[in-house]
Amino acid sequence: MQTKNTKTFYLIPYFAWILLFVIAPIALIAYYSLFDLSGNFTLDNYKNFFTSIYLKLTLSSFWYAFLITFFSLIVAYPTAYLLTKTKHKQLWLLLIIIPSWINLLLKTYAFIGIFGLYGPINAFLNVFGFGETQILFTDFSFIFVSVYIFIPFMILPIFNALDKLNPSLIDASRDLGASSWTTFTKVIFPLTTNGVKAGIQAVFIPSLSLFMITRLIAGNKVITLGTAIEQQFLVTQNWGMGSTIAVFLIIFMVIVMIITGQREKGATSNGKN
Amino acid sequence: MSETPIIRFENVTKYYDAETTVLTDINFELERGKFYTLLGPSGCGKTTILRLIAGFMQPSGGNIYFNGKLINNVPANERQVNTVFQDYALFPHLNVFENVAFGLRIKKLGKQEIQEKVLEALKFVNLSGYENREIAEMSGGQRQRVAIARAIVNDPEIILLDEPLSALDLKLRSEMQYELRELQQRLGKTFIFVTHDQEEALAMSDEIFVLNAGNIEQSGTPMDIYDEPINRFVADFIGESNIVSGTMVADFRVRIGGKEFECVDQGLNPNENIDIVIRPEDLEITTVEKGKMKVKVDTQLFRGVHYELSTYDDEGNEWLVHSTKKAEVGAFIGLDFDPEAIHVMRLNETEEEFDKRLESYGEDAYAN
Ligand SMILES: Nc1ncnc2c1ncn2[C@@H]1O[C@H](COP(=O)(O)OP(=O)(O)OP(=O)(O)O)[C@@H](O)[C@H]1O
Ligand SMILES: [Mg+2]
Repeated sequence: MQTKNTKTFYLIPYFAWILLFVIAPIALIAYYSLFDLSGNFTLDNYKNFFTSIYLKLTLSSFWYAFLITFFSLIVAYPTAYLLTKTKHKQLWLLLIIIPSWINLLLKTYAFIGIFGLYGPINAFLNVFGFGETQILFTDFSFIFVSVYIFIPFMILPIFNALDKLNPSLIDASRDLGASSWTTFTKVIFPLTTNGVKAGIQAVFIPSLSLFMITRLIAGNKVITLGTAIEQQFLVTQNWGMGSTIAVFLIIFMVIVMIITGQREKGATSNGKN
Repeated sequence: MSETPIIRFENVTKYYDAETTVLTDINFELERGKFYTLLGPSGCGKTTILRLIAGFMQPSGGNIYFNGKLINNVPANERQVNTVFQDYALFPHLNVFENVAFGLRIKKLGKQEIQEKVLEALKFVNLSGYENREIAEMSGGQRQRVAIARAIVNDPEIILLDEPLSALDLKLRSEMQYELRELQQRLGKTFIFVTHDQEEALAMSDEIFVLNAGNIEQSGTPMDIYDEPINRFVADFIGESNIVSGTMVADFRVRIGGKEFECVDQGLNPNENIDIVIRPEDLEITTVEKGKMKVKVDTQLFRGVHYELSTYDDEGNEWLVHSTKKAEVGAFIGLDFDPEAIHVMRLNETEEEFDKRLESYGEDAYAN
């Protein structure tokens, strides 16, 4: 009995947290989504979401999130692979992780300076005779900065998966006649898909709801679900529609989590028997 | 050996950094179709030699030849060698069939051919019917056999086995020793087997290389090495033995402690200091009067097949005796042995000198 009581006691903060910061906000969002601008109960918000504007918005959000995740993965996998081969790998990893501790706004503002018309990139381009180029407020700058911000969250799980990979599996593959590339496609990559999935999860889901980087770096060029929610709440003051978009965002996130959360057979042990 | 050796090491050295030399000047030749064993204590360089043959690393100096061709810089995937790894290194994301088929798929064989070869290889190692099992669902002994099947299915010239039995229990282990030896004779391939278990080495090999600290101390058939160890290290490592210091009085006479004994060794310098080995099973218990040596029984252990006695002579040398007869602890007994039981080892003798000396005994034996 004693232990059961203490166990309940320890669970109190957990349940309090879940209730206050997970269940209550979701319930509130769901509740607000059922009212129109003048406070009357309605399902119109949901109907509206299925109009072409919002569907396009959803599509473009997914597209940008996909691009950000894709480029993060392309850069992160080889980086993580190289890291596992270095002598002081934990130190190098730390150096890559450290920037993620710095405030997001601060880093974003830094990029405004770097990419700005009077920033170092433009100064550099000038040397080669290019005129002043607008780098800010383009798709490129938006994706570049987002990838920069998210990449540590992609590198970390992939690094862990690669680091746990039993090196004699690579020897075994070579021993059986596989070239380095075949070894990568048939052994290394399949055995690190869990890390890749975790990385995709950690990048794709937050990318879906980006709005600050979008606003500051892409200006009004890129409109995503995140910026739409912000717009509805802060500009249009249409809390009902804002909440409805948020409800769909949450649903999309859950779907993405389910898809990327599946565990591959045998890969949990990563080949270490 | 008129035939080209399948593997030849020529002055091979290996070091990881300036201070630590792992292999110092290794030379040997391996004949096709034989079962070789690398035997030595932990860290002596056994795995390093296998990795050099497999091509996972390059020698720091010297040359490695395969069928007479220099292969120092041939990458692992282009060598006709397959390895059974110490930890099996089976691919956990593939089932038993796909593990075994891995090498064949890379060779791009036809579907039908792969199917046939894999099933045959699995039958070879008594794992028919296990094709669709996941690796995680296999026991240690079964995994080991999958690893062997994965190596032999590629029909390599050489199969390297790195302590493949070390994780198995005693019974499974001796079963697998038989199976491996039989397999090698059936396939007629060259096996290079690594172990630090001397009994395993003696039981399985055509030829044993005893290694110590990056050197080959001695090579030869199990009988040669057991009966005529070159030095204290080999004698000690290859089995329980009594090793004492002595003096070569003259040809055919050695002195141990205060006593002189007849032996079969000759050609050494008079009064040369030597090491002497007598195997515990070559010592026979008799009465003190009849014995060549008088010893006191210290302890006695029943070992199943025999009793193991620990005895001490007057000088304080310990003599282990394996005997089917019982003795009384604390009693004095006599020990008897043949002149052939005494194995004389010169201090710091090289393997070449040692072989020459032994050969000369043989010639003399004919001459007499
Ligand atoms: N990658 C490495 N870097 C530095 N030293 C190494 C490396 N690999 C092995 N060594 C050293 O080389 C020596 C020989 O290693 P090796 O693995 O060949 O030993 P072994 O005879 O197989 O031993 P065991 O019976 O324990 O497997 C050891 O002293 C080891 O510390
Ligand atoms: Mg080893």
